[in-house]
Amino acid sequence: MKDNRNNTIMLIIKDLKAAVGGKTILKGISIEVKPGEIHAIMGPNGSGKSTLAAVIAGREFVEVTEGTVTYEGRNLLDMAPEDRAKEGIFLGFQYPIEIPGVSMVNFMKTAVNEQRKHKGLEPLSASEFLKLMSEKKELVEINSALANRSVNEGFSGGEKKKNEIFQMSLLEPKLAILDETDSGLDIDALRIVANGVNMLKRADNATIVITHYQRLLDYIIPDVVHVLYDGRIVKTAGKELAIELEAKGYDWIKQSVEKNKPS
Amino acid sequence: MNDLHKNNDHYLNLYNINIKRISENSAPLINSFRKDAIAGFMKTGIPTRRNEAYKYTNLDPWFNHEYKSYFIPDESDFAKAEEFSCDVTDLDVYNLILYNGFYLTNNGNISELPGGIQISSLKEAAKESEDLIVKHYGQYLNGNNDGLVHLNTAMATDGVFIYIPEGITLDKPVQVVNLVQADEDMLSQHRNLIIVEKNAGITLIVCDHTLSPKKFLTNAVTEVYVGENAHFDIMRVQNEHNDACKITHTFIHQEKNSRVTSNNITLHGGLVRNNIYHYLNGEGADSNSYGLFLADKWQHVDNYVSVDHVFPNCSSNQLFKGVLDEMATGAFNGKIYVHKDAQKTMAYQRNNNILLTDDAKMDTRPQLEIYADDVKCSHGATVGRLDDDALFYMQSRGINKRDALLMLMFGFAHEVIRNIKVKALEERMDTLVMQRLKGELTQCALCKVRCPKI
Repeated sequence: MKDNRNNTIMLIIKDLKAAVGGKTILKGISIEVKPGEIHAIMGPNGSGKSTLAAVIAGREFVEVTEGTVTYEGRNLLDMAPEDRAKEGIFLGFQYPIEIPGVSMVNFMKTAVNEQRKHKGLEPLSASEFLKLMSEKKELVEINSALANRSVNEGFSGGEKKKNEIFQMSLLEPKLAILDETDSGLDIDALRIVANGVNMLKRADNATIVITHYQRLLDYIIPDVVHVLYDGRIVKTAGKELAIELEAKGYDWIKQSVEKNKPS
Repeated sequence: MNDLHKNNDHYLNLYNINIKRISENSAPLINSFRKDAIAGFMKTGIPTRRNEAYKYTNLDPWFNHEYKSYFIPDESDFAKAEEFSCDVTDLDVYNLILYNGFYLTNNGNISELPGGIQISSLKEAAKESEDLIVKHYGQYLNGNNDGLVHLNTAMATDGVFIYIPEGITLDKPVQVVNLVQADEDMLSQHRNLIIVEKNAGITLIVCDHTLSPKKFLTNAVTEVYVGENAHFDIMRVQNEHNDACKITHTFIHQEKNSRVTSNNITLHGGLVRNNIYHYLNGEGADSNSYGLFLADKWQHVDNYVSVDHVFPNCSSNQLFKGVLDEMATGAFNGKIYVHKDAQKTMAYQRNNNILLTDDAKMDTRPQLEIYADDVKCSHGATVGRLDDDALFYMQSRGINKRDALLMLMFGFAHEVIRNIKVKALEERMDTLVMQRLKGELTQCALCKVRCPKI
């Protein structure tokens, strides 16, 4: 009975500790994410939000020193980044990478077909893929010209973020982690990004939104809000926590954490 | 030092012993250059690493070796070459073969050309059209003092001659396939001359191949005259085996408002040294020099590019890129020389290289000499690794590491390939480069010639 219930939890992060360049950044994090949920991870700069995203996506520069990450019953930390992606994990980058000479079409066609192959599906033909692409382009209101260029090359900040959501829409992940997708966006771009996330939402997928500000959460309503501070989750509550943070800032969290620290 | 003298004496002896035969089998015009050239060679010799221009390339292992020299072609060799004649079905070109540097007598399909266009053997042309060739042969070396250019002038007898008369643009590209094949180690030197008159145009494709598993040394000189408002596109694909050394010297002389694009793609070869000289001798001339090389094992690829801005309002652009794997080494030397009257010059240069291993090595050296004050010049060079962030980005979308690496390398290389103007050729090069990057290049699809792997 217990096992059964565990299986319905998509992602279990347990006592996770991780270091970058020998410095401990994550100091014991536990989070559980169920299908259909949207989690928001908030916190001041330097609290470890992006490091947590990097651990889930599989970046090598982060060294996991303790704890476990279980995704759909499997040890996620043993999986190569591309295998995590094939199993349905998607990371929306805080700073999407420019790849000169690799076209968006070729990049995403390769990615989509790799994932199809993994699922035992036939690869999409060039024309099928282009059709899929033009459907999804509308969803995120991305300029057609951008899709014909090299990956992110010469894109504005807003275009790069929209492009992340565009890629997400093509890959239809089970678990999406959006790392500061709202940073540097104007209100129109923010609305488009949020719309994309909401439209891709299904009962069987989950989203982790990492953000510094509450404003994205006006558009994407989270089920659970975690506050990350100094490598630890210091508070977990419902969507009202985000509003409280917006009103009071992070200082009250910092103060209460410092006060409760064993001396 | 002793080795050096020994080398130089060896090639001088080779000249002295064979000059009679060479001259008898050559044209008087070409012979008239030999004496000065061998005198020049005696002064300069085979370049060593003490020579600034050859600082990064050690030619000694290639020149300090006994080769059979091939001065007079045997008709039976031409018959052998026929078996290898190119069968390019979807690339529509005028096709011709140089076999060990000699123009095949049966390159017959291009003899009938309209409007005074000539494509033929340089040796024959120098006999039959001497008054045409005398104006150009040996005229574009600009006092070049490379011992290997002297050696070529002293001993070469044949090669390709192309003449495009005023106002004519050739309807399809000319493809020259250089085949090197012998039962013994062999040295060959050939000489090409291309004249593109005023308002004329031509696209030239040159493919370099080796067909037998012997040690080969090729030292080739090409002179190109591009008249006023004419255009010349040259695309060179080098695909030789690891026991082959290819040294090319290409002198491109440009008149007013002419346009030149050179693409030099080195896919394979033991040692490759390309010297490319662009001389902008008239206002409004535009020159683009692109290069890409992919090297692995113990291969060494050295591109030496020089652009001379002599007149005002000319533009030039150099873009050379290299991918070096295993123990491969490479060098790039990009020279921009802006003469004092060449105001409003725009001259750009970029060299980017990727090292895939710790053992691979690249030397890159920009050389800008600017004597005019109103110019725009820039240069940039990088030697680095593949971008780890880009690699992770691709993996995070589900692309396997090996494929992601290939896509990144290909993207890097494509920046050069995309400048090829003939669409079908661009696609062909994309395919070849991809095969090369995958380590699957056993056959150049452009030529359908099976190159033995060594």
